[in-house]
Formats: sequence, structure tokens, C-alpha cells
Amino acid sequence: MDQVRKTVVLEGSRGVAEAVRLCRPNVIAAYPITPQTHIVENLSQMVADGLLKAENIRVESEHSAASAVLGASAAGARAYTATTSQGFLLMLEVLYNMAGLRLPVVLTAVNRGISAPLTIHNDIQDSLAARDTGFVQLYAEDNQEALDMHIQAFKIAEDHRVLLPVLIGMDGFILTHSFEPVSLPTQEEVDEFLPPYKPVFYLTPKAPLTMGTKTDPEFYTEARYMLHKAQQNARQVIVEVAQEFKEKFGRFSGDLIDTYLTEDAEIIFVSMGSLVSNLRAIAQELRQEGKKVGVLKIRAFRPFPFEEIVRAISGAKIVIVMEKDISLGATGVLAQEIRAAFYGKANVPRLSGFVVGLGGRDVTRETVLKGLRLAQESDHLCTFLDLNPELLEEV
Amino acid sequence: MYQIGVSQPYNNNLFAPGHTACAGCGQSLAARLVLNALGPNVIVANATGCLEVFSSNFPQSSWEVPWIHSLFENTPAVASGIEAALKALGREDEAIVVAQGGDGGFADIGFGALSGAIERGHNILFIVYDNEAYMNTGVQRSGLTPFDASTTTSPAGGCSFGNPTDKKPVAQIVAAHGAPYVAVTSVGYYRDLERKVQKAAGIKGPKFLQIHVPCPLGWGHDTSLTIKIARLAVQTGLYPLFEMENGEITSVVKITPKPRPVEDYLKPQARFRHLFKPGAEEELKKIQAIADENIRRYKLYEG
Amino acid sequence: MKITLGGVAAPGSSRLNKTGGWRVFYPEFLHIRCTDCGLCQKLCPEGCIFKADKKNFYADLEYCKGCGICAEECPVHDIEMRPEVR
Repeated sequence: MDQVRKTVVLEGSRGVAEAVRLCRPNVIAAYPITPQTHIVENLSQMVADGLLKAENIRVESEHSAASAVLGASAAGARAYTATTSQGFLLMLEVLYNMAGLRLPVVLTAVNRGISAPLTIHNDIQDSLAARDTGFVQLYAEDNQEALDMHIQAFKIAEDHRVLLPVLIGMDGFILTHSFEPVSLPTQEEVDEFLPPYKPVFYLTPKAPLTMGTKTDPEFYTEARYMLHKAQQNARQVIVEVAQEFKEKFGRFSGDLIDTYLTEDAEIIFVSMGSLVSNLRAIAQELRQEGKKVGVLKIRAFRPFPFEEIVRAISGAKIVIVMEKDISLGATGVLAQEIRAAFYGKANVPRLSGFVVGLGGRDVTRETVLKGLRLAQESDHLCTFLDLNPELLEEV
Repeated sequence: MYQIGVSQPYNNNLFAPGHTACAGCGQSLAARLVLNALGPNVIVANATGCLEVFSSNFPQSSWEVPWIHSLFENTPAVASGIEAALKALGREDEAIVVAQGGDGGFADIGFGALSGAIERGHNILFIVYDNEAYMNTGVQRSGLTPFDASTTTSPAGGCSFGNPTDKKPVAQIVAAHGAPYVAVTSVGYYRDLERKVQKAAGIKGPKFLQIHVPCPLGWGHDTSLTIKIARLAVQTGLYPLFEMENGEITSVVKITPKPRPVEDYLKPQARFRHLFKPGAEEELKKIQAIADENIRRYKLYEG
Repeated sequence: MKITLGGVAAPGSSRLNKTGGWRVFYPEFLHIRCTDCGLCQKLCPEGCIFKADKKNFYADLEYCKGCGICAEECPVHDIEMRPEVR
């Protein structure tokens, strides 16, 4: 197999598993949690069938899953894990540590809401909790992009200018459990694109070294600055890798951002993940009605593309951020960051932030059009669309 | 700064001086004995705690072997990943993988990770340096703090004789997982320690060592008495040294010439000082009963 | 010296940190009754007791913290702890 490039209809999770297999990870460690399970089940089957030569560690928790891939990466292996929601939160402490140790692990962050109340359904409150970990964060719009992004992720993570772990946000159920046609690259193509991992430092008695030291105030700031600098370097590397991927595989779904009909747009929707596809369809429809509407996709959430965003949307009159998350007590996370990008700039468009699709609630055409109407009337700092007043108790 | 991989070990030790352990630290001594017994072909994953803090203050390190510290509770999982990586990369014969930490890191907060790693059968040597409390944070009670020890979170007082429970039987719990080799040893018995380390290193699969390491600061004894105190713990029957192979006890360190009264062990330590005030007589009897039961159960002495 | 990638440190580099200044008592090796058993060297928490020759051990005072274990454990009492004079 893998001799010729082929287009097949695959479940999103299977597509990711195929991409990970093609990247030849040495060690996989994961703990089952809905809706991440299909990814690791597929990978486990590949290992069982001998299609993937990797050690598969069936850990006893997500904390240990992250820790095991941390250890594997420190020993010089290419390592992969996947999780979602509560599992993601349980990993969180390790994620900070992994980034600080500069270990280029790749993690699929299947996106699911956070308890309480418990939900198994999609939003992106989980991986946004890792905002400040030092992870490079990419968000996939569809199954093809999720597949492609994993191949790119290893290359970005392992680039010596970066050497940071990368997470790929992928909407739970909406992408992981839906079937779409995807183009599968061949093993030869992926091998050419992604050479074996060459660590700068790794654990071996041949050259003993100490990893994970403790620092005093005279060093800690510089260590964190170097981490920040690696994030800054990742901007360039993400763009380069997307370009190289395009040349090799003929597909481009954006680098730090992607734009759709934004050039002359007066109204621009901004979002991340699968919601971008809905917005594209609605923009297309509104264009047919003669309305100048476009869409900005934030593909890299970390490093955050401040300049690229400003360039892409500062010509608009109204910017509408639609996001499946809420920084409780503040606003939507993405809206916060987009506002920050515009501070001190000239020609700042009006901006409204809407919270939609929490815990798997459908974001319909009507939801988006309602947001559009509200944003045209006045600016919204943080408005929940589709709230059902009958369910709300006055407090 | 020393060049990576070019400096010769100091005095043939794989654990270098200049570390900031307290004078008389039993743990730093045990760590050196362990590494010297294992030799240079090891990779060590170390939990947060005294041993980690006093040995790896950037830009310096006391470790002459490859060594990593990640977090407090995840060391067995980190070691699992290292072991799997060596396998996957065909470097299995390169090193013995060691996961080590204190009683807090392994028997309390990291206990789930320890259980998982042992149950999965990784070829890892797990080492718990048991100094019987959270020493790094200032002597707080752990699951391995002995009965009636006064710690900063189980202090003796008008209504308390200190820690109300006895030590969690970690070695037995690990043995119940089916680990092929489990042993308890003491820094006071360095030959026993070295023998068990080397025996463990030769066994494939998960093996577990618990090493009793007195802490002059936390236990409140003179820095010169570290070895003496460790020996008294064994000679009173309060800290039985044994080996378990495939779940069965296969050896114990016998008490000779005969068991010492527990007071001999307790008296030099400030953490038990309250037991020598009027009104604590019953407590001493309870501790003697713990020792007597150990002597009976492990057949430490047949008089 | 620069911040290394991920804070990596060189092996054995703590040797740069001379802990001898902590000492209140220092061990005096009498070299009278020594039987060459090597226990002092074995049980030193710093690993800083050297063997110069047969029955001739000494402590590297650059690192010795003066804990007194060597003197306490010497089976023939051939080491004595004396107050440090500076």
C-alpha cells in the first residue's frame, strides 16, 4: 500500500490515524476518552497489524499519556498522543513542562466542552486552556486539513528553530466522526517531506546530560524568553512548511491564517476550526445577494498572527468573531486577541464577538445571520447567540 | 561549565559533590551508592523532591549519567516513555532505565503512575527513597510517615501524639501487581543495598526498591547519626528489610544478636520526642507492638 | 555561559559549587588505627573521601560539609571531628 496517492472516503479520526502512521512515530501513548477514541483505536490496530512500527503505551491516565510521550521524546523518539476535554485538562501540567523542555511532541486535541455540566459534545474550551503552555496551536477546518496538518505539525515541531510541541485542534464528532473524501499521500512522499527526527539533545549514556533543571531568578526569565522566541520563530516555520507542503502535495489550506473573499469585503467573519466551513458557505450565499462578505480563518492560534490578521481584515467595516468558547468573566478568547491585535492601529473596523456552539449546540445559518444582523445594529463585546430565555432563571 | 560528556567523574562517583543536600543527608548517600552499583549505562528519570532540587540547580548538575526531571507525580510514566523509546529505536541494550523519587513522589502523588507503569510490565527499576515525609517542602506528613511521628502537618500537641496512622505498605502493594522483584533496603546496610540494586538490575521487567534514608533535618537527629539511626530502625523491627520475588518473600535481613527496644530508635529523633514525656507510655507500647508484629510476620528474629 | 535549550546542564558540573564553606566541624584522619576498611569513603554523603594510599584516607575539604558520619562510623575510631577554625 501507500504506493500511489489515492482519494478515499474516511472517517476524520481514521484520516488522522493514517497521517500519523505515515509520519512514522516511534512511540504512541494515549488514554481513551470520547470522542478521541477512534484515532487511537485506529493507531492501535495499525500497530497490531504491523503497519505501524511503534511502541504503543496504554497508559493509566492522560497525565501519564503526556508524561510518557515526554519521556519518549526526551530519549530521542518521535512521539504522538491524542486527547480531549477533561483528559486534555488532566494533561495540562505536563504540557507546560513538555514545552519548557523543548520536546517536539505532536498532540491531537480533539475539541470537546468542559465539565460542569458534563458534555461529550464539541466546542473549543478545552484546548484554549493550553493558551499559555508554549505549545504551537493549529486548528483544522475539515478532515483533509486535519490530515495534512498532522504531517506539517511534526515538521514544524522538530524544526530546530522551533523545537516546541504542536497541538492540532480538531472538532470532536463534527470532524472526528464524519466521513469525507480525503487524499492520502504516499509513504514515499511523506518520507521525503518529513525526514527522521534529529534531536539536539537526548538522553543517552553516550553523552550524559541533565534535563529538567531547577532555575534561580537569575535564569528563569531568560529561559521563558527563549521559549517565547521559539514561538516567534514558529511564525516563519509554519509559513515555510505550508508552502513546502503545497509544492509537494498540491494542497494549501492557509498558513498562519487563511482568507476567503476578504479582499473587498465590508463584513468579515472570523473563526477557527470547522465553523469556518459554515461561514464560507454563508459568505458565498450573501455574496450572491450582493453583500460584500468574507471570512478569516485563524489557523495558528499560537503563535498568534497579529500582523496577518490586521492586514487581512482592516479594510472591513465590521468584523464578526464567532467562537465556541468563553473566557468566563471576560469575553470570547478569540475576540479578546483580535481586539488586542488592533490596539493602536489606524482604520480599526467595528468588532462584535459572539459565543456560539457551546457543548455541541448546532451553529445554524440562522445563528450566523442573527449575529450578522446584531453586529450591524451595534457592537457586541460578548453576546451569547441562541440563548433560550425559557431555560434561564433570573438571579 | 563542564563540557557535556567529557569530564571524568569525581572520585569514581557517578553522583558528583557540590550538591546542596543537607549535611548528613541519607538520600544523597543512597543515590550515590545506587548509581555506583548500577554503573554509567543508565538513564534516570527523577521525581520532584529533595533529591531533584539539591542535585540539578541550573547551570549545574550532580549527575554523571543521563538524567531527566519532569514533574512530581509523573516519573514512572516518563520512564515508561523512555523505555518504550529505547525499544522502538533499537537502543534497548544501551541503558537500564531507572525511575526514582521520594516517598511523596512515588507512594502518594505519583502512586497511580507507579501502579500503571508496573502493571504494564515496563523494564524499569523503580526506586523510592523513603525519608518518611515531604522533606523538600518542610517536613509534612506523607503516606509513608510512621505512626506517631511529629511532622509539620501532623504535629504532636496537647490532643495529638503526631501522625495517627502507620506506613502504607508500598512494597507489598507493588508486589501484588506481579512485579518479579521487590525489595526493601536501607542506607544503613550498604552491602544489602548494593546487592539488591545489582540483583534488580539483572532482572527483566518492573522491579521496585524501597530504601530507608534518614533525614537529619526532618527527623531531628545529629547529622553524624544517619547510618546509626537507619540501622536501629532495622534492629528494632520497625523497618524490616526483605526481598519479594514473584509475590513471595524470599529473604529477610535477620536481627542480630537480638531485637533492640523501639525506644533506642525513637529517642535520638526529635520527631518522637513527645513520646518520652509523661502520659505517652501507651504510645510507646503501641510502637513496640508494631515492631513485634513485623518481627513475627517477617520472621526477623527467632529467639 | 548561556541559557541552554530547555535548561540542559552538563554532567557532574555541580563540582563548581564548593560546599566546604558549610562546615562547622572538620574530620581529622588520625592515621593511627586505620584498618583500610574503606567505610568512611563508602558512607560519605558527598563522596569526597579519597584513598591516597593503603590505610591513608583523607577528606576533600572543598566539599566536606562536616556531617561527621565518617567519624561516627569508623570502627576503630581513627577519625575525629574538630571545630573548624577560619
